[in-house]
Amino acid sequence: MTATTPPMIKMAAVNKHFGSLHVLRDVDLEVDRGQVVVVLGPSGSGKSTLCRTINRLEPIDQGTIEVDGAPLPAEGRELARLRADVGMVFQQFNLFAHKTVIENVTLGPIKVRKLGRSQAHETAMTLLDRVGITDQADKYPAQLSGGQQQRAAIARALAMRPKVMLFDEPTSALDPEMINEVLDVMVALADEGMTMLVITHEMGFARRAAHRVVFMSDGEIVEDAAPQEFFTAPRSDRARDFLGKILTH
Amino acid sequence: MQPVISFLGAVVGYFDPVIDNIGLFADAFLHTLEIVVYAAVGSLALGTVVAAFRVSPVSPLRWVGTSWVTVFRNCPLTVVLFFCAFGLPEIGINGAYFWFGVTGLVLYTSAFVSEAVRSGINSVSAGQAEAARAIGLTFRQSMGQVVFPQAFRTVVPPLGSVIIAMIKNSAIVGAFGVGNELFSVHATLVSARGLALIPVLLGVAAGYLIITLTGGALLGVLERKVAIAR
Ligand SMILES: Nc1ncnc2c1ncn2[C@@H]1O[C@H](COP(=O)(O)OP(=O)(O)O)[C@@H](O)[C@H]1O
Ligand SMILES: [Mg+2]
Repeated sequence: MTATTPPMIKMAAVNKHFGSLHVLRDVDLEVDRGQVVVVLGPSGSGKSTLCRTINRLEPIDQGTIEVDGAPLPAEGRELARLRADVGMVFQQFNLFAHKTVIENVTLGPIKVRKLGRSQAHETAMTLLDRVGITDQADKYPAQLSGGQQQRAAIARALAMRPKVMLFDEPTSALDPEMINEVLDVMVALADEGMTMLVITHEMGFARRAAHRVVFMSDGEIVEDAAPQEFFTAPRSDRARDFLGKILTH
Repeated sequence: MQPVISFLGAVVGYFDPVIDNIGLFADAFLHTLEIVVYAAVGSLALGTVVAAFRVSPVSPLRWVGTSWVTVFRNCPLTVVLFFCAFGLPEIGINGAYFWFGVTGLVLYTSAFVSEAVRSGINSVSAGQAEAARAIGLTFRQSMGQVVFPQAFRTVVPPLGSVIIAMIKNSAIVGAFGVGNELFSVHATLVSARGLALIPVLLGVAAGYLIITLTGGALLGVLERKVAIAR
């Protein structure tokens, strides 16, 4: 152990275009080990793109991204290994539709981590218990409620024993009564010290679990502050404007 | 009664060229069956690989896949077979004409298989493949474990059409020296031995129908199976 461990995520001068659209503009972002960072911003500001560049689901045009001190490898086996260490939870859950919940959770451990079937199954059941859906283990995703699907998706990501978890609006596709069951799982994860980057507009989660709030607008990181500070005294007009819109209802 | 019997007698007599040479027909039928089974297995395997190339994250592979499809889908089968039968020996690859014929059919058909498989891949939402990659599956694993099993359902009917077209196309390989396959029976019996053309061709058609209709029925069963497995 050296005295200066590298940040878990380190993005420096990252730029990304979709055609002529400049979606990430000189983004610098560091997330330390054990830190929970909430990313906020208007729709289309580049939050999802930012999140997806970290495990290279989206390649970048310029800049550098390091995860746990190592630069992102190019497409191939190395990249697959890195992705195994970076958990990702999607807005639309993206559970494998042709596999049961337990098969969803054991696929990665068996195929990537090369665990034995029974050991993978055992770990998966522990995780399903942790997210509260052991009784759904043998069902197909389509048979589950949205909240249950998202908890299964979190279990699937955790089964890889990731170093860091990325969440892209994990509760935005859920009916209101299911939001809390997912947020509770995420808060518990944060309390256990998981490093997390969470795109969400759930203020309650940000207040309870986040160490930092990052505000994005037009592909730029405009503010980076403690939650309390950001919500009570945003510095930029863009952030004030945005908060005004989401706090009115 | 008498006129009916003599009419039936005449009908049966009409097919004498077929009945008298049923052994030749049977041999040719089995030979054609052999060709199309090899060609079906080969083109399904190759076409699936080409489809995977076309959706690969590696751009040179995508380029190879796209070029492959463009070339073989847009070249007449006859030209492809010419290259196989006469071009391959020219560049030092020698073998039986049977294998040249099969190779030509495989190359040509793989382009159509690839297009059918690719449309199946596109019917699986992008999120499925992303989730697969996000847990660290390699490209091949995400295809094999997540995308192909789900694409399979939509792919069965169009693949059936492609394979049936291939079976019919196999008639052309006879012209490239493969010999003794179903379509060439007419050359043996009609051109060389002067038997009546139409009954012989009807016999040939019946042989192809047995293969294509059986194939179609098997596909129907498969289609219902994968529909239930949902
Ligand atoms: N694959 C893509 N191709 C082209 N444009 C895209 C693509 N993905 C996102 N965009 C565009 O990039 C911008 C940022 O998108 P996104 O990162 O999804 O924003 P957010 O998650 O903050 O809503 C938007 O204008 C969106 O339309
Ligand atoms: Mg988004």
